[in-house]
Amino acid sequence: MKKIGLQTYEIEKNISVIATTSLVGNKEGQGPLADYFDFIEKDDKMGEKTFEKAERTMFLKALSDVIKKAGLKKEQVDLYVGGDLMNQLVSSNYVASELQIPFLGLYNACATMTESLIVGASMLEAGGAKNVMCATGSHFSTAERQYRYPLEFGNQRQSYAQWTVTGVGATMLSSTHSSNVKIKKVTIGKVTDFGITDIANMGAAMAPAAMETLSTFFEETKTNQKDYDLIATGDLGKLGSDIFKDLMKQKGYDIETNYIDCGHMIYTIDQDTLQGGSGAGCSASVFNSYIIKKLSSGEFKKVLLISTGALMSTTTNQQGDSIPGIAHLVMLEGK
Amino acid sequence: MDKQTRNEKYIEYVEAKTPKAGWFTSLFHAFVMGATICCLGQMFSDIIRSFYPMMDLLTLGSWINIIIITLTILLTAFGCFDRLAKYGGAGTFIPISGFANSIASCAIEFKKEGLVFGIGAKMFYVAGPVLVNGVAYSLVVGIVYFIISLF
Repeated sequence: MKKIGLQTYEIEKNISVIATTSLVGNKEGQGPLADYFDFIEKDDKMGEKTFEKAERTMFLKALSDVIKKAGLKKEQVDLYVGGDLMNQLVSSNYVASELQIPFLGLYNACATMTESLIVGASMLEAGGAKNVMCATGSHFSTAERQYRYPLEFGNQRQSYAQWTVTGVGATMLSSTHSSNVKIKKVTIGKVTDFGITDIANMGAAMAPAAMETLSTFFEETKTNQKDYDLIATGDLGKLGSDIFKDLMKQKGYDIETNYIDCGHMIYTIDQDTLQGGSGAGCSASVFNSYIIKKLSSGEFKKVLLISTGALMSTTTNQQGDSIPGIAHLVMLEGK
Repeated sequence: MDKQTRNEKYIEYVEAKTPKAGWFTSLFHAFVMGATICCLGQMFSDIIRSFYPMMDLLTLGSWINIIIITLTILLTAFGCFDRLAKYGGAGTFIPISGFANSIASCAIEFKKEGLVFGIGAKMFYVAGPVLVNGVAYSLVVGIVYFIISLF
């Protein structure tokens, strides 16, 4: 790995995305990206007794599928990196215990997808490991239970709130097998805190982090928005992405034409999800379906994926502390 | 620009940019929902009255509460109440229905964690603050009442 600038690294080996799997819940399956997802689960309990168990089952199904798709045996996967939104990363831990693949648990809230891609690519760069599996996900009902109110409690959401995506995305990276899609550069974000304290306004809390990471990437690689076919943020939602575009404009980059937000595009406006999707499963499921399929087909050549995470804890938030945000960037290239 | 000014400017900008819920619509929805619940209460009261014309007001009031609470808990269990509340807001929360829903939803939610540490410990997770508030205010009112009664 070659370091270019303070936060950006160039991947020197040939690291390919050899297989991806996306699995989503029923609501996401009714959204505009339905045709791109590999699995749409009608039952958000996956036949389990609790939502926490259902989240695990979702992970297991997606991970088993990505291993199969990559044409590998379980023993050939050297490492599994990833996480979820649950305290102590329970979902990932139970799944790693089931799969018996060496596991590094990561937490950067909703930015865990790009974080795991960066760690996975670094492990492949270091040599030794040949195939690394990266996966993150989230479940609406487990996140609601942990961060907000009971599911059947009748309350009104703020008009600027977002909706946690039920979904898992898994990516198999390899330095020995090859494919059309390769990871070229990565930028590791800094935790950025602009003082937002409203737990419902996560887009506003994360937008500055996304702006810092993307503008740093542009400066350090001496490129700009015109050099890429697609710039995708993770889960800023509609309001958050509007703020992000404004912030980028202040930095001198007009990203209006080739920019999408995974959270904004995963639902339609009539699905009652307010500003759009959020959660670790948001960028994970959109990246491993829509973005990867468009990269493999050659429709996109160069893509920047910037997963964004709001690193809040209900405890510190109730104590009046602000919500720090983080964003990591991965640059992918298709043929 | 130092960090504090940057944050202040950003928060100001975010507040201006964030869409506000239309207060008139929310107020109207709350009014419709609250009024419907009250009318239902009145309807049950009239029905009971027609059968038991001698029933005193206190007993009648208790019966209305029991009926509204039972209906709310049933709607919560069938997963419909949160939809009503999404429309009605304070209109569903302020009458006794809101209180019943907050306890029933917690009981359903935390059943998975067991009878003691689940339902037992967390049933008043949302309703607890309301109870504490009620007790605290009644204490204040009690003291004021006591002072007034001295003169």
